[in-house]
Amino acid sequence: MLDTSVGAAGEGTGVGHDGFITLDGVEKVFQVRRKAGLLRRERHEVRAVDGISFQVARGEMVGYIGPNGAGKSTTIKMLTGILTPSGGRLRVAGIDPSRERTRLAHRIGVVFGQRTTLWWDLPLRDSYRLMHRMYRIPDRRYQENLDRCVELLDLGELLDVPVRQLSLGQRMRGDIAAALLHDPEVLYLDEPTIGLDVISKAKVRQFLKELNAERGTTVLLTTHDLTDIEQLCRRVMVIDHGRLMYDGSLAGLHEVGESERMLVVDLERELPAISLESEGAGPLARVVKVEGPRQWLAFPASASAAPLVARIAAEYPLMDLSVREPDIEAVIARMYEAAAP
Amino acid sequence: MRLYAVVAAGGFRRYATYRTATAAGVFTNTVFGFILAYTYIALWDARPQLGGYDMAQALAYVWIGQGLLAACAMMGGGFEDELMERIRTGDIAVDLYRPADLQLWWLAGDLGRAAFQLIGRGVVPMLAGALAFDIALPGSAWIWPAFLLSVLLGVVVSFAVRYLVALSAFWLLDGAGATQMAWLLGLFFSGMLLPLPLFPGLLGEVARMLPWSSLLQIPADVYLGKHTGWGLVEAYAFQGGWAVALLLAGRLLQSVATRRVVVQGG
Repeated sequence: MLDTSVGAAGEGTGVGHDGFITLDGVEKVFQVRRKAGLLRRERHEVRAVDGISFQVARGEMVGYIGPNGAGKSTTIKMLTGILTPSGGRLRVAGIDPSRERTRLAHRIGVVFGQRTTLWWDLPLRDSYRLMHRMYRIPDRRYQENLDRCVELLDLGELLDVPVRQLSLGQRMRGDIAAALLHDPEVLYLDEPTIGLDVISKAKVRQFLKELNAERGTTVLLTTHDLTDIEQLCRRVMVIDHGRLMYDGSLAGLHEVGESERMLVVDLERELPAISLESEGAGPLARVVKVEGPRQWLAFPASASAAPLVARIAAEYPLMDLSVREPDIEAVIARMYEAAAP
Repeated sequence: MRLYAVVAAGGFRRYATYRTATAAGVFTNTVFGFILAYTYIALWDARPQLGGYDMAQALAYVWIGQGLLAACAMMGGGFEDELMERIRTGDIAVDLYRPADLQLWWLAGDLGRAAFQLIGRGVVPMLAGALAFDIALPGSAWIWPAFLLSVLLGVVVSFAVRYLVALSAFWLLDGAGATQMAWLLGLFFSGMLLPLPLFPGLLGEVARMLPWSSLLQIPADVYLGKHTGWGLVEAYAFQGGWAVALLLAGRLLQSVATRRVVVQGG
């Protein structure tokens, strides 16, 4: 397990050596006015982020997941400084984002999957020239970074194509490159693989992995695609209703979510549901479904499949079997459901 | 400053990419110019020296109007639709975290656009008008740079007005009404339909004091040699004054709008 509970957060003004991004009881409350009757307007509060605390160390790659409206984007917006927190303390690289947005902007990169920073009608190259001037990147570094991005993201043939003619996957890669030309220390990615095909997704993931490994760029990734998380992040944070539900390794999520693996067995003929009693500890597995000679048995993800298979092979006419790994999406869906009021 | 130069160059090139649209615009401006020119001929035949312009000057006024129509965005059609769309969809959030000034950013882009449209959509109609009609030409060579400076100030005033209109989208969300209002006011009070000195009494007084007269009336009068010496300085001061006042108003509105977005989430 990763140690994410640095208790001494918030003391003094400096940032702890492993708290590159530090949130301490951060809240964001929106005032929403609703019509109540003919003329009366009722004010009510929406707590988009309701007291979140976490730390991200330099060079970490963290997944930030949650259902729609959980507060993910609001958190990212506060981290970039385009939203001011209503309460709590928030620091990125020792900077208070909402106070020094412009200064922080030189040190962070942001990619919003559904928005683009590129110039719609002009070739990709023009947008990069703009970044060159906007972030005052020294010429040599600009050229190096551009060359590297072009090579790794496969942009060579796209540089002179107007952005409006790019496919979604190409545009996304273009946007990621645009966010990295000024060597940001932190990269926020909001749904970077949304709407991409399998090959584009793989390219983007591979690039992010290398970026993190070679440059030590800290990456905070929000996504609905859990494969992104599985392939990129050792640590995952789950947020729902503005609260942090889980912060730890991906494997740990299975334990917390009490996830189950599935054993699918094919018997010689149609038989009643398999029943296996272990000594005193209740059933080893429960039958979920029977369909002719095929049966589905669920058992705890933490348990080994070997004794179960041995018992079935000994007591039933077993033809074939397969084990299905737990579905992380199902685990998370269960967490959301459990948290729902 | 180099950033804004790149933005301006980008603005220029963005419009330069749409060649067919430019050609269509040139055609429309020219046809429009012919219609207006014949209307003016009929008018000036009946009332020579109307508003202090002779026939040749009136015809020059028509073709300057057609030449500047796109550059000064008298009928809209610049950045404002895009900015409003960005505000409506929330893309404005992307613009806000960039280390650049929002107003200067859009101003630079719009100056680039105006530069292209002055060349791409202004020169041809003016040439066509000069060939087809007997129009007044500047009395001396220095009039040309004086005219161009006045056009530049006109573009800035036009930008500042449209920036205010576009920012209204923060509150209205759908800025179509505001855009149409601005379009109508611009068309009328810039002097696009008729030169402002032709408006009688109080209406004329007011029309000449409004910012829109900077878009066409003043540049045209500079071209026609109606402002010379101190008169020219006064004309520039009038345009510059409106430009500064409206840009400041835009900044004020921008900071209110940003605070609203930053605190309220838009």
